[in-house]
This record gives sequence, structure tokens and C-alpha cells, in this order.
Amino acid sequence: MSATAQAVEARWRRERSAGRRRTLAWSLAFAAAVSVAAVVGQVDVARLLAGLPRAADYITRTIPTLRWDHLAQDLAEWMWGFDLWLELLLDTVLIAYAGTVLGGGAALLMSFAASATLAPSWAVAVSRRLLEFARTVPTLVFALIFVYAFGLGPLAGLLAIALHSFGALGKLFAEVHENADLHSVEAVRAAGGSWAEAMRFGVLPQSLPGLLSFGLLRFEINVREASVLGIVGAGGIGEELYLSVRQFEYPDISAIILLILLTVTLIDALTTRLRHRILGAESLRPA
Amino acid sequence: MSSLARTPVMFGLGFLLLLLGLWRVDASPLRLIEGAQKLGWLVVLMWPPSAGGALTELLAALAETVAMAFLGTLLAVVVALPLCFLGAGNIVTNTLTRFTVRRTYDGLRGIDSLVWALIFVSAVGMGPFAGILALAVPDIGLLAKVFSEALESADRRQVEGVRAGGGSRLHAIRFGLIPQVAPVMLSQTLYTFESNTRSATILGVVGAGGIGLALGDRIRLNNWDEAAFIVLLILVTVAVIDSLSRRIRLRLIRA
Repeated sequence: MSATAQAVEARWRRERSAGRRRTLAWSLAFAAAVSVAAVVGQVDVARLLAGLPRAADYITRTIPTLRWDHLAQDLAEWMWGFDLWLELLLDTVLIAYAGTVLGGGAALLMSFAASATLAPSWAVAVSRRLLEFARTVPTLVFALIFVYAFGLGPLAGLLAIALHSFGALGKLFAEVHENADLHSVEAVRAAGGSWAEAMRFGVLPQSLPGLLSFGLLRFEINVREASVLGIVGAGGIGEELYLSVRQFEYPDISAIILLILLTVTLIDALTTRLRHRILGAESLRPA
Repeated sequence: MSSLARTPVMFGLGFLLLLLGLWRVDASPLRLIEGAQKLGWLVVLMWPPSAGGALTELLAALAETVAMAFLGTLLAVVVALPLCFLGAGNIVTNTLTRFTVRRTYDGLRGIDSLVWALIFVSAVGMGPFAGILALAVPDIGLLAKVFSEALESADRRQVEGVRAGGGSRLHAIRFGLIPQVAPVMLSQTLYTFESNTRSATILGVVGAGGIGLALGDRIRLNNWDEAAFIVLLILVTVAVIDSLSRRIRLRLIRA
């Protein structure tokens, strides 16, 4: 065998054993992480196996009795609280909507200051930290605090959603602005426009489709979030769900969850269509 | 022209809907001002944040939170891996089956993990186990869907190439398919872990383990300085997990 071939062979062996060592190291780290997590998370395989049938049993109990020959009657009995639940669901969607709009509005105002291409670096740093804070604190934590300050009810939930959306949307909006073409900003400035006018007429028309699209996505997420805020007393369908779980009204649980699912699916379909229209309109615009 | 005229109408309707919402939640200026004043007091009470002498306990709860997120993600991956084949269009060609399977995945995702936590706490008792299950269930839907999409977008030619080179079916999967889909799946899994860490911090509010229990208690007992301390702990943990996961993700993508 020639020297070159031997060198190649040796190099290949080295590479392969290094690769194997890396895989081994990763696998060991992973195994260690799993065992540490299992100890800290108090995972007990015996308990797990005992718990699974209980979970399955619980789910079976929530399945309503529906018979073909009395279908209408059984359905009516299952959905006995339909009117109340529908009202609460509409409330939930409304909370999510108002929270998204308010949070999105605040995010829009803050987003120009948070775009590295549009604002001085100190403003970017300050506004980014603020947005990061609002985005990292979970909505439910804001809701817990606001329930205390504003009293029980949907107002606390709305404000919690608005504050969290402000953080989440502000960051995305700023990124959309950063992608905007700066020539139009220069044009507005050259024509004597102020910084605010440059943002309004130079950046906003370019970013608007992106902003609306992110806003709609956020609305979708917020409907899901609003459906659970009732658990801490912040309004919406979550309160009824919490009650039915606490009082072991099994068929009610499945009825409410089914209704939440239908609502979420409907909202998803609606916002997806709207987003496609907005983004479609975007691609039709003259470049 | 018509679409230009429609835009202000759409925005007007949107604004009316906002007003309807504000009216419905009874957001009167008086209530808002009173609430804001009370909120101001709370912020004053929150300063300075204090551990209240329970630092080790809180850190243990925090570790439990991360462990729940980790095991929840792991459980979701283990279940989602076999399920994802059912949802992939290039493997299951029956449209009706695929449609049903995918809607099921959507259904699992459509319910927030807090609702699952509520249910699992009442089904298997309080504690981190309920939390792990609550995190895993919606993630199974999410990961199964994303994994099927990864499978669908995999290039067939690499698989065929391995087969044509004399490889067995197993070889084709190992060398043709897995190298294509593994990075996508792993990085999606890491994203899920990040998002689960965030979700896990609040599951304790309904009794499903982790730091949320301590936070909910402090707020109920009006220990605002301790509540603020716990929120800060959560923020730091989330930031640490995010940056760790981002670094692993970048290494995976480069490898």
C-alpha cells in the first residue's frame, strides 16, 4: 500500500474514532440528564404505570353516553349548558381580540424605537429590555397579579394578554421594520419630514402586511391563552372548565373542551385565510 | 378602488369590536385608574425582591420545573416518533386516514397545557408527574405534525441511491433518511424544550409541580417581595435554558 493510502486510512480511522467518542460523550450527557431529571422530577416508574390506567379511566368517564336512537336527547343533555358556554366562549374570543389589539398597538409604538436600523442604540437597548421582560413573564403570572389589582373578572385577563402580546409582538414588529427598505425613510427626511413622519410614511406602509400577519398569529395564540385564564379568575370559559373539573362533572369537561377546540379551530381557519389574503395582496403590490 | 375603500371600513369595524370588548369586560376609566393605583402599590411592595429564607426550597422547585420540561419533551418525542409516520403523505397515501390523523394532532395542540394539567392533577394526583403528562400531550400533537412534515420534505433520491448501491431497507433508512430528517427533528425538539420550560413555570398554579406552586402561594398570601423574587428566578432560568438550547441547536446544525 502506498504511503498516501496509508495516511488516508489512518486519517479516516482517527476521524471515525473521534466521531464515535463524540457520539458516546453526547449519549452519556443525555443519559445523565435523563437520570438527574427523573430524580428531581420524582419520576417513579411504578407510580407512572399505576397512574396511566387512572388517567385512561378519567378520560373514559368524560365520554358522554350518546345512543343512536336518542341522539338528539343525549346531545342536549351533554350540552346542557350550551348557551352559557357559548357566551363565555365569545367573551374569551373578545378578550383575546381586545388584548391583541391593545398589546399590538402598544407594540407598534414601541417597535420603531426597538429597530436597530431606525433608532439610536440606547433607545434600542432600553425598549428591547422592556419588550423582553413583558414577553418572558408568562401571561398567567400577569393575570394572577392583575386579578389582585383590578379585581376578579375578564378585565384582568385582557390586560394580562395585552401586556404579554406587547412583548411578543414588539420584538417581531421591530424585526419587520428592520427588513424595510431605508430609501423611503431618507426620502421623507429629505423632504423635510420629522422622524415620526419618516416612520409613518416611510416604514409603516412597507411593514404593514408583516405586522398584520404577526398580529393575526398572535390572536390565534391568545385565544388559546384566554381559554385558560379563567382558572385564576381572569374571565372567559376557563372558569367553567375549572369548576367542572373541580366538581368532577365528567361529561361537562369533555363538552367544554370540545367547544374550546371547535372555537380554536374556527379561529385558526379564519386567521389563516385572512393572513393569506394579506400576504397575497402584498405580493400583488407594485415593487 | 374597491379594495382601497374596504380597508378603512375593516379598520373601523376592528375598532368597534375593540370597544365592544372593552365594554364587555367593564373597563371603565375609574376601574382602570383604581387598578393602576393598586398595581403601583404592589410594585412598591415588590421592592426589594426577597427569597424569604426559602432559597434552597425555591431552587429545588426550579430544578423540578426544568426536569418536568425535559421529561415532558422526552415523553412527547418518544410517542411522536412512531406517530409521525401516520401523518406523512409519502408514507400513508390514504387521504382520509392522513386527514383524520392530522386533525387529531391539531386537537391535541389546540388545548393549552394548563388545561391538561388541571385534568391530570385530578386524574393522577398533584405533583410533577401530572405536569410532565400535561406538557407531553399537546407536544405530541405538535411534534408528530412537524416530524411528519420533515419526513414529507425528505428527498427520495438519497434513499433510492442507498438502495441502488446495494443497501438494505435498514441501510436506506439509516443513511438515506435519518441524516436528512434528524437535524430538523432535533432542533424542533429543542424549541419544544424551551417552550416547555416557559409553560412548566406556571403549571404549579393548579398543583402540577414546579415553581408555579410557590409563586401562586406567595401571591395568594400577599408576599409580594417573594413573588417578585420568584418571577426574577423564572426569568433567569428561561434565559439560561434558551441560550443553552440555542448553542446546542447551532452545533447540531453545523455538525
